[in-house]
Amino acid sequence: MNSMLPKFLTTLLLSVYGLYNFSARYFTEVFKPPYEFKETIRQFFEIGNKSLGLVSLTGFIIGFVLALQSIPMLTKFGAVSLIPTMISISIVREIGPVIIGLICAGKIGSGIGAELGSMKVTEQIDAMEVSATNPFKFLVVTRITATTLMIPLLIIYADTIALIGGFIALNIFSGQSLQLYFSTVFSALSFADVLPATVKTFFFGFAIGLVGCHQGYNASRGTESVGIAANVSVVHASLLVIIIDMIAVQITMILF
Amino acid sequence: MTDNPEIKTKSGTDREVVVNTEHLKITLGGNEILKDINLKVYRGETVIILGKSGSGKSVTLKCIIGLMAPDSGTVNVLNKNVPDLGIKELQEFRTKLGFIFQSGALYDSMSVRENLEFPLVRHEKLSEEEIEARIRETLSDVGLEDAIDKMPSELSGGMRKRIGLARTLVLKPEIMLYDEPTTGLDPATSVEISKLILEMQEKFKVTSIVVTHDIKCAELTADRIVVLKEGVFAAEGTFEELEKSGDEFVRGFFE
Repeated sequence: MNSMLPKFLTTLLLSVYGLYNFSARYFTEVFKPPYEFKETIRQFFEIGNKSLGLVSLTGFIIGFVLALQSIPMLTKFGAVSLIPTMISISIVREIGPVIIGLICAGKIGSGIGAELGSMKVTEQIDAMEVSATNPFKFLVVTRITATTLMIPLLIIYADTIALIGGFIALNIFSGQSLQLYFSTVFSALSFADVLPATVKTFFFGFAIGLVGCHQGYNASRGTESVGIAANVSVVHASLLVIIIDMIAVQITMILF
Repeated sequence: MTDNPEIKTKSGTDREVVVNTEHLKITLGGNEILKDINLKVYRGETVIILGKSGSGKSVTLKCIIGLMAPDSGTVNVLNKNVPDLGIKELQEFRTKLGFIFQSGALYDSMSVRENLEFPLVRHEKLSEEEIEARIRETLSDVGLEDAIDKMPSELSGGMRKRIGLARTLVLKPEIMLYDEPTTGLDPATSVEISKLILEMQEKFKVTSIVVTHDIKCAELTADRIVVLKEGVFAAEGTFEELEKSGDEFVRGFFE
């Protein structure tokens, strides 16, 4: 059957099947004791806390630049008062989750892929297995759980920083007050903006953790495979973030 | 095959067979790595598996501990046929075995203390004080009590191997499997590690299988040596017996 399919299609189908199996194993193991609480909390710190700097800077620049780019255009139409509304809706619904999702795919996805890949190459995963510990539970379940829960928090945090960035740009270049800006920002947002945008970030987090762990855990022997695992993790995780976003937008349009 | 009766040895004493592989065969990537491996290891002895690189020595060890499944044959260890064990049974079984990896395979993100703590907290119900005491005692056995708070990246090759050994000994296993314990070390450190293997053997009375091509290590530690050639054991005997072997391949290791 393989010979009838183009090579890239066979590779794609095998990758999807591999990810499906890996996620099925995650859901089987995640609820089974023993639970690795200590390692999960350490991963929360590694994934969440250590990404704060990058996410803060990115979030601030997104908001600042978005406001800055909009001011001249909307001033021409006499619609400067609409800028806070535009910033809040575009950041919360789309720009914040997608850009921070892609940043996390790069930083966290590649980090997990490289770390697990190097553990595989240096036989640390085998060492865990022979010391009668389930390495999948210790390494994979903890990381996927941490990305699934921490990436949404990072995105919410980055959205907030982006809104602050937008305010600073508006304040400097059009003298907008803090009270007016934030009252407009919050009144522009509805349940239908916030809920779907937040829900999809859990899927982003799950996809980023899943891809990174899958690539690293299944790295073949040899140092080259560590680089490949990190690289493929970024590419696949970024792609999945965009695909999930596209599906989420369609579902949101149908439901809300 | 689950029963593994005591075997009558040449000396007439009854000794329990703790590892018994029969007609072990394994193929990897289309190559028949192990063709017909028959190995009996008695409780308390140290057996060396000698062989060229890529001859399947490490694969034999991995079959014994259940990291690799053979295509056919039996791997009977401590009265259990390893390929037949389920996940839980395999985990329980592995607490009785220790495996020393060629690289040491220390967990990079954990300190020496955490490396030793890792198996202990998962398999022994001990208080924090007891865990600390066990870790210090085991590190003292390998002469590295001072390294307790160091990270693996701060350790030399020889120290990493010692900590790898300590991490395995901390669970007090019945059988130790060493995968090229002296590879990558200078001659003096290799001898130190070989002597350490011998010391641990005498102190804990464990059964050991050592895979190596370091003849000095074999001379220092072996009760018995088996030589692996093209997927089968080509020769078996003590160091002195094999040193005088008429087989050119076997003698090649001793020159």
